[in-house]
Amino acid sequence: MRIAQTLFEKIWRRHTILEREDGQTLLYVDLHLLHDGSAPAFAMLRERGLKPRRPDLSVGTPDHYVPTDSRGLARISDPERRAMAEALTKDSAAAGIALFDLEDPRQGIVHVIGPEQGLSQPGALIVCGDSHTSTHGALGALAFGVGTTEVAHVLATQALWQRKPKTMRILVDGALGAGVTAKDAILAIIARIGAGGATGHVIEYAGSAIRGLSVEGRLTICNMSIEAGARAGMVAPDDFTFAYLAGRPYSPKDGAWEEAVTEWRSLASDPEAVFDTEVALEAKDIAPMVTWGNSPQDAAPITGRTPDPAAAATTERREAIARSLAYMGLVPGMPLEEITIDRVFIGSCTNSRIEDLRLAASILRGRKVAPGVEAWAVPGSGLVKAAAESEGLDQVFKSAGFQWRHAGCSMCLGTNGEIVAPNERCASTTNRNFVGRQGPGSRTHLMSPSMAAGAAIDGRLTDVRRLMSRG
Amino acid sequence: VDPFRNLEAAALPLPLPNIDTDQIIPARFLRKPRSKEYAGYLFHDLRFQTDGSERPEFLLNALPYRQSRIIVAGDNFGCGSSRENAVWALYDYGFRVAIAPRFGDIFATNCQKTGFLTISVAPDLIAWMLKTLLASPGTRIAIDLPAQTLTLAQGIVAEFEIDPFAKRCLMEGVDELGFTLTQLDLIIAFETDRALRPPRTMRSAT
Repeated sequence: MRIAQTLFEKIWRRHTILEREDGQTLLYVDLHLLHDGSAPAFAMLRERGLKPRRPDLSVGTPDHYVPTDSRGLARISDPERRAMAEALTKDSAAAGIALFDLEDPRQGIVHVIGPEQGLSQPGALIVCGDSHTSTHGALGALAFGVGTTEVAHVLATQALWQRKPKTMRILVDGALGAGVTAKDAILAIIARIGAGGATGHVIEYAGSAIRGLSVEGRLTICNMSIEAGARAGMVAPDDFTFAYLAGRPYSPKDGAWEEAVTEWRSLASDPEAVFDTEVALEAKDIAPMVTWGNSPQDAAPITGRTPDPAAAATTERREAIARSLAYMGLVPGMPLEEITIDRVFIGSCTNSRIEDLRLAASILRGRKVAPGVEAWAVPGSGLVKAAAESEGLDQVFKSAGFQWRHAGCSMCLGTNGEIVAPNERCASTTNRNFVGRQGPGSRTHLMSPSMAAGAAIDGRLTDVRRLMSRG
Repeated sequence: VDPFRNLEAAALPLPLPNIDTDQIIPARFLRKPRSKEYAGYLFHDLRFQTDGSERPEFLLNALPYRQSRIIVAGDNFGCGSSRENAVWALYDYGFRVAIAPRFGDIFATNCQKTGFLTISVAPDLIAWMLKTLLASPGTRIAIDLPAQTLTLAQGIVAEFEIDPFAKRCLMEGVDELGFTLTQLDLIIAFETDRALRPPRTMRSAT
């Protein structure tokens, strides 16, 4: 009898080149995504006199170091930042790796362009030197982030040594309420299991609420798997997935398409497959979420209050809460809706796709950003930007008082110099609220695009459901 | 990669959970080439004020802890970003070992590739070690990788588990890429075989 397998196990097995007795497996990499942080890996190869082995399975785009106020590498004034972006151009050209450079309309955040181009496909094994590579699992791929040495290893061999992780299934059943998005669901999941809750695991998200999400919503969920400690997160490919991929530039065409879909349908976890860990949430219990602290697990419903350290279960937790509240400039027990903000950032590999921008625009239409708040919209790719402009969304953002910018990672981590100033508070659709993440001394509150738009209007964290009913 | 077998050194206690790689090295230093000395970037914003002077409250700045080569930390140390620069900063400062209940997966992998040992032990033991290190600054810990033991203050010996592959790589300073390149025939056979079954491999991106 055939042993029941999970989606993860099926992909793992189909990519196993060699299994060693000590538990290490050599896996084949179908797609290697490169960005402008890849320079040290190329340098490692050069030191050894090696060249990328399969440039035809790699693609690169600059995202971390590019300016979003204008285009053109020459405009990067800092020589070290410019060197990072230029190195990608040079290294890709030397190796024959396809590059969506800054002048290419397809340029964007690497985790946005993979799915957008149809490069990220079900059943594929995808790696990239970036922890948010987990994003691509939304298409039913096994996708995870690796470090510089591993990037160099993949460039040189198209393979990677891994130890088989455990599997975790997170079931979200039921229907998400009005104003509750994929971002709220993943923040609720991380709040529930903790920032280390899925360490050593690959997550499969399942259940009717996940099945009901668009592919873009699933991309948001899988993107933040790493914030729960999971190296990868995935969703079984289904009709939504196939409809999303149909006709994209790198998707299979004609006869190959039918063949691919048949193959992809066989990937879903077998009904009897067993997971090492099971977690279940009810969609109806999830409210619009915001974070108050310095770990993505520090998330609470917008209707809630900041926690009281004195009520914490352990000394360690008490100290962590007190420390976060102090850094964030907050006091225990204050209503989250009373937290005023200085900035809004809508962007990043978590929430910069067209549906995210539509969602934010639906709140902003006919309204103005609160006085004193600086608000930015940074589309995830040149194509997302163009699509948004063709729908007139750029006008909605601009009329509301937002800056409408070019594609890149921008203020999510500020490697390009676009940062939140010390003690400034930012309502952000990004993935990390770490100390100093958006710049030294920056204070980040994570939330969905609609919640961030609501915060921009009200000048404070706000329950966007009120703006929806009013509008 | 330098081989690692034994180390006896002072340990730095970091009694906080979820110390992410942004804390170990802030993102603005990621553009520095590896040829640069990374020690100065380690825990930069925890260690230094904005004017560059040391923050006295950060323990690494206190005399007994300055020469630490071992870190003892709360749960989920090294979570977050995949930046291998975090390991470079630890390594260049002189750290060779981190001990915590659990580590970020990508960070732990990056450590192994750099010859830096991560040891997972039970939360209770970590709590006791943190208490001891805070109460008696400069307390030394002895690590014996071949025997998989930690010798703690007061002669207490604890055993630890480690992945056999990681252990061998660390002890022998294994060059993983060099080994994989000897297996290239297997990789080529694998991709030749599956190329016959489209559409699994990606089309050329040109």
